[in-house]
Amino acid sequence: MDITETAFEKQVSKSKLKNTLSMVLVYSVLVLWAFISIYMLFWVVNNSFRERSEILNDSFSLVTNPTAENYRTAFGRLSREENMSIGRAYLNSLIISGSTVICVTILGGLAAYAMARYSFRFKKVLNFIFAGSLLFPAYTLIVPVFRMIQEIGLVNNPIGVIIPQTAVNLAFAIIILMGFIKNLPTEIEEAAYLEGCGVFSVFFRIVLPVTKPAFATVGIFTFLWSYNDLFLQMSILRKRVSYPVSALLNEISSQFGTDFGLMCSATTIVVIPVLIVYLILQKNIMKGLTAGAIKG
Amino acid sequence: MLYRDKRPLIIFLAPALLVMGIFLYYPFLQNFADSFYEINGFGAVTKTYVGIENYRQLLKDKTILQALKNTCMMIVFTIVFEIGTALVLAIMVDSIKTGAEFFRTVFFFPIVISATAIGLMFNLFYAYNGGLFNQILEKLGLDPVLWLSDDKAIYMIALPIVWQYVGFYFVIILTGLNSIPEDIYEHAYMDGVRGLKRVWYITLPLVWDVLKACFVLGITGSLKIFDMAWVIAPYGAPKGLTHFFGTYLYQTTFFSQTVGYSSAIAVLVVILGLLISYAVMKLIRSKAFFYSEDV
Repeated sequence: MDITETAFEKQVSKSKLKNTLSMVLVYSVLVLWAFISIYMLFWVVNNSFRERSEILNDSFSLVTNPTAENYRTAFGRLSREENMSIGRAYLNSLIISGSTVICVTILGGLAAYAMARYSFRFKKVLNFIFAGSLLFPAYTLIVPVFRMIQEIGLVNNPIGVIIPQTAVNLAFAIIILMGFIKNLPTEIEEAAYLEGCGVFSVFFRIVLPVTKPAFATVGIFTFLWSYNDLFLQMSILRKRVSYPVSALLNEISSQFGTDFGLMCSATTIVVIPVLIVYLILQKNIMKGLTAGAIKG
Repeated sequence: MLYRDKRPLIIFLAPALLVMGIFLYYPFLQNFADSFYEINGFGAVTKTYVGIENYRQLLKDKTILQALKNTCMMIVFTIVFEIGTALVLAIMVDSIKTGAEFFRTVFFFPIVISATAIGLMFNLFYAYNGGLFNQILEKLGLDPVLWLSDDKAIYMIALPIVWQYVGFYFVIILTGLNSIPEDIYEHAYMDGVRGLKRVWYITLPLVWDVLKACFVLGITGSLKIFDMAWVIAPYGAPKGLTHFFGTYLYQTTFFSQTVGYSSAIAVLVVILGLLISYAVMKLIRSKAFFYSEDV
């Protein structure tokens, strides 16, 4: 269901709240919650342009003489002293999360198509297993997974994170895509078959083009989840130079926890790109998150 | 006709099943097997069969009890504060004309930010010297507070989690509210059912299924807590009081390196997760399990 459009229609046809008093109450609660949410973020961004001593004295006023010092530290000094930098971490994150998205959408798409269109003996069992694997936390698997990764020699290697992340996200992708493909009419596919198309060209030339929105949702969501994941990344990437963004942020917090300016700038650097992506793609993201609600 | 030939099936399914089998289901079984052994460290090949010793130790472990307590507390917080606040906000946004879009965007954004970043942000708020909270207290003429003290730390972990997930449940509930047909409200209005009465007698019963789905999500979600707890209070600081199953498992695996014992914890968490979800679903007869199918 399309949230935005139904919400819009709903708002248009909705009878107004008659009572002005309850109207005022409703808006004050909503504005208060929104204000708290925005202010927390604003406080961090605002103070990221201040020197440490200034933050300790007065962190509330709007910054008047902004300094880029914290950002210079975040991008530069970290790398010389500790062999890590935010730029490098971004690259690592991009490699890991990008590859995970590619693997998940390809493998998930193929499997979802089969689950939606074919009928076979173990389909019910598979359905149950896919849904069930969303219920228990991924961290419970870390011991055997880490040992396997160690045996193959992929510790500190991005591939060592990409493969387990793919495995963890596949069930979600399959369930979402399966639901979407099921709702498509099969007539066109049958017609294409009569014209001489094989099942693979039906999949790539007919099913894929119409399922693009669902793939976008799955892709965005997988990317976000992978980018935000800390547990797997922290467990498998144990050298600072291979840290992606989340792990680096955690490291900065434990090492430079008292340097408020640096902490603010580091948080800003990590959060802002995600926020921009969110504002552009919010419809897809919301749909994905609520649809894949069981992912949790 | 097209799908009568089953041979392509194997090409479609095999890659996904292979990856999931090796990295999801096999580890699951491996965990179970390992939990009956004493294994110290990852390099060592020596495994000593100890039977149910690890499980016996689990029962005596005070930290496990603490983790269980914290998880149960989080479940209560999730239902009361996360889903409760989300429900109130959703009903409010559903009843207004202007600004609904704006509020939805703002309320939902914390969910896309990583728990790591939010945890770090809240660490800045909690800092004793110059943290946001203590600066507010100072402005009000009050004494600064040690936010991450023994008795407060666990609530300080719960606070950002609650703030982050309110938006999540808010959007789910709002979607449910939007699917209530308009004429039901119109009839109710003509029958004189308005305001809070309308919420209680009409809105709530109609979104009950959605709320049930939220409960299941919240409960299983509480078992998954790791990042936020780790960033705000690593290693269960102070004194292991803030451990959740995830953080304790990480500690026993990579810090104490008692791998056999970690496996027993993992098995416990999986069993707990399945049991609780099963119980909740039976109890409230929810279809949450397959909620995702009606996209």
